[in-house]
Amino acid sequence: MSSKSVKLPIIAFPSTAELVPEPVGLVLVISSWNFPFGLSLEPLIGAIAAGNVVVIKPSELAPASAAVLAETIPSYLDNKAIKVIQGGPSVCQQLLQLKWDKIFFTGSAEVGRTVMAAAAKHLTPVIMELGGKCPAIVDSLSSSWDRQMAMKRIIGGKFGTCAGQACIGIDYILTEKKFAPILVEQIKVLMKNIFGENPVEAKSMARIVNKHHFLRLKQLLDDPLVKSSIVVGGSLDENHLFIEPTVLVDPPLNAPIMKEEIFGPLLPIITLDIIEESIDFIKDRPKPLTIYAFTKNRRLRQRLISETSSGSVTFNDTIVQYAADTMPFGGVGESGFGRYHGKFSFDAFTHEKAIANRNFLTDFWFRLPPWSDYKLQLFKSVYRFDYLSLLLITLGLKKSWS
Amino acid sequence: MVTGAMTSLKLLSIHQLHISAAAVHSTSTSTSRGKQALRKSSWSDKEVPLPIPLPLAAGAQLKLTRLVSFPRHQIQRFWNWSNWSASASVSDLIMAEEELEKKLDAGGLVKDLRECFNTGKTKSLEWRVAQLKSIAKMLDDKEKDIMAALYQDLSKPQHESFISEISLTKASCKLALKELKRWIMPEKVKTPMTTMPSSAEIVSEPLGVVLVISTWNYPFLLSLDPVIGAIAAGNAVVLKPSEIAPATSSLLAKLLEEYLDSAAIRVIEGAVAETSALLEQKWDKIFYTGSGRVGRIVMTAAAKHLTPVILELGGKNPAVVDSDVNLQVTARRIIAGKWGCNSGQACISPDYLITTKAFAPKLIDALRSELEGFFGGDPMESNDMSHIVNLHHFTRLSKLMDEDKVYDKIIVGGQRNENQLKIAPTIFLDVPEDSLIMEEEIFGPLLPILTVKNLEDAFAVINSRAKPLTAYLFTNNKELKKDFVNKISSGGIVINDTILHVTVSTLPFGGVGESGMGSYHGKFSFDAFSHKKAVLYRSFKGESSMRYPPYTPEKLRLLKALIGGNIFSIILALIGRSKD
Repeated sequence: MSSKSVKLPIIAFPSTAELVPEPVGLVLVISSWNFPFGLSLEPLIGAIAAGNVVVIKPSELAPASAAVLAETIPSYLDNKAIKVIQGGPSVCQQLLQLKWDKIFFTGSAEVGRTVMAAAAKHLTPVIMELGGKCPAIVDSLSSSWDRQMAMKRIIGGKFGTCAGQACIGIDYILTEKKFAPILVEQIKVLMKNIFGENPVEAKSMARIVNKHHFLRLKQLLDDPLVKSSIVVGGSLDENHLFIEPTVLVDPPLNAPIMKEEIFGPLLPIITLDIIEESIDFIKDRPKPLTIYAFTKNRRLRQRLISETSSGSVTFNDTIVQYAADTMPFGGVGESGFGRYHGKFSFDAFTHEKAIANRNFLTDFWFRLPPWSDYKLQLFKSVYRFDYLSLLLITLGLKKSWS
Repeated sequence: MVTGAMTSLKLLSIHQLHISAAAVHSTSTSTSRGKQALRKSSWSDKEVPLPIPLPLAAGAQLKLTRLVSFPRHQIQRFWNWSNWSASASVSDLIMAEEELEKKLDAGGLVKDLRECFNTGKTKSLEWRVAQLKSIAKMLDDKEKDIMAALYQDLSKPQHESFISEISLTKASCKLALKELKRWIMPEKVKTPMTTMPSSAEIVSEPLGVVLVISTWNYPFLLSLDPVIGAIAAGNAVVLKPSEIAPATSSLLAKLLEEYLDSAAIRVIEGAVAETSALLEQKWDKIFYTGSGRVGRIVMTAAAKHLTPVILELGGKNPAVVDSDVNLQVTARRIIAGKWGCNSGQACISPDYLITTKAFAPKLIDALRSELEGFFGGDPMESNDMSHIVNLHHFTRLSKLMDEDKVYDKIIVGGQRNENQLKIAPTIFLDVPEDSLIMEEEIFGPLLPILTVKNLEDAFAVINSRAKPLTAYLFTNNKELKKDFVNKISSGGIVINDTILHVTVSTLPFGGVGESGMGSYHGKFSFDAFSHKKAVLYRSFKGESSMRYPPYTPEKLRLLKALIGGNIFSIILALIGRSKD
């Protein structure tokens, strides 16, 4: 919250300059249904820390969470400055007609476009936390410890995070043809250990949020070519809105399951001849929120960082980058823009005001009309920070400028 | 020849179709007869009924709908361009139309630039440095041409051109060259205990293909400064300079093609049609300098592709003047910031002054005498001031001056010359707050002074309006300075001077609220066109199963303790005991 003092060139002496952070004012936070508490409260914390007044619009697709937020927040926080407004698309539309000082949106690209277009009418800056198909590159790991570790993390990162309904969840895996069978075997073994025989009863996995999304996911598997590529799982329980952790190997690349963000417990494994092909594969597609890579190959890591673009890159693990609050969390391109977490949250809801403080003692008299060549020469030397020439010209010892 | 005519005919609306069809008809017979046919038709926009056989029109399979709308004056320009009555040539017409068609293929342009970007060329440090060095050389070589173009567009005095456009651009370029190696280094960051063992860094990478739309008042600086930032960050750039400053626009097009890598950096000239065509494309970032009205259009277009934008807009920049100041220096600085800056046509010019009723007469006297010192007894004769950019803005400013409740408040100046597009430095005293001149951004050499009883009342006046780009305060009172900084929200604040903050490369330059979003200058330019990618390195060692199902109460306890960071509770949880 304290202002930051800023360096000035010598010529500006004795002026001072600083950056003063100030709240933007009135903030609207629109959050999503998959992590309804986290995605509502994390931006709220940033907005409050920056000194703003906040309205949260939690997702209506997670009504119980929205109701709890609406009940608890007024009893813990200043009701005059922080409000929760529940409702669906029509409520959201009404909110978007108003003039906000910043809008923070977490959700799909489609709704993101509507939010940004509405914000444009009032010139409201926005942060868009969207999604994408986050790939996980799995290199041919030789050590079985490494393999186990990698697969545990992948399974945890895919199926253990809201059953794959997470923006930073793994969407699909890229691996070498020769390694794929080993991968699948490992997954089968670990799956049983982690989720048990009956995940519904064991309550070890979340369910699909609603019928609409359940049917959407079911439809992804309807394509016969896709169905035939299932190697693990594949059963759907419509009553419980539960889909068994499912793994597919090489579904067709033009099928919807490989074109849109899956956002569910279906894990395609795409096989390549050599792992380096994964870089081109990723480059040919829209920029994702995160890229995961399980590899010890330094060169591959380097190439991945410099040749692909994504919100972030995480090596040898999944999801944990969310907890690293020294790292900015946000997307690029189709996966969004703007960032938060840690101090970035504070900055997201802050306007850094530039203050330049001059005094009356010194003056650049030659910046004022009427113009003459002499003044021009003085100016040229000031801009080049050529203090010697400045002195010489003033003393009349330097006439022409080369 | 005929097929060429066919393609270009697709672009014309129906009444021009008649004329061109006659041209097509005549080429198939003889050129001289074609010239005759053309001469017979009048060059107005009315439909010219020429005897065109219908089968010809049908056979041509012409699209009669407008694919792209051309402003009338552009078509007129091409008609007038070659002297039809002397040496009219149909091929000239077709060539001109195809030229237009080529320029407006915005989709193809973006595709080419993306392909270039994907080769990785613009990412290399060598390429960026080479381009920046070229810009620096261009500024040195072509200084005279640049000043001439600026004079042609705005009657900008040579010295003003140098001070406010060329030197700032040069400084920006030199800073980028000096610091680029440091800016592109990844930034190492600490990692918290929750992700231990790990290491992390933030890597700056270019966004891709960016669009810079610039404006007419500082056409050179406001085009090149963002382009320098975009190049430094490693992007491919398209620059769309303002058509209201045509000489600078065409000079930029010429120079950038000559000095820079046109596979990655292009200039597209034009007006509304071209800008609209460009805005329909998907860019990785759009940087717009201009008015709030068009800013909304730009952001709405960007929303379709979820393109992040930086909007450098304007506002009514207030300047509050206290009575304990050095009057002469204050007056000089206000004049430099207002009339020394493109005749007040600058987004950072002080728009209006606020001072106390008691102090106003002294301030006005000081301004009057300093103005005389700068521009002479008759400012209309002085060559040291820019002109109003065009008739439209001249008329707009005249309207502001002529409003009934404002006209009698003029205390200095008021002269104007429509032929020369000149307005003298004009000061108003105590115009009503609901007058036109206090409603919109003035952007001209008119300066209203509002008086208040106590200076603290000025805060209410300023805060009742939209947030400006800059707020100015002239005072020696420390408390007032602190109060001002705390209570006034604006893009930036300058105390005891005007406009100089744009020369400080360590300060971000940008607005807030109605005055814009995003900022640039110095390293902020580099950041503006970069994506800061977070990279986290984890190892395969050091694993605990508590993250994964099956979930047990013990795992939950340990997790809570770990995230809480309390070493004692971690130990307790590890050995199986804990508070909950």
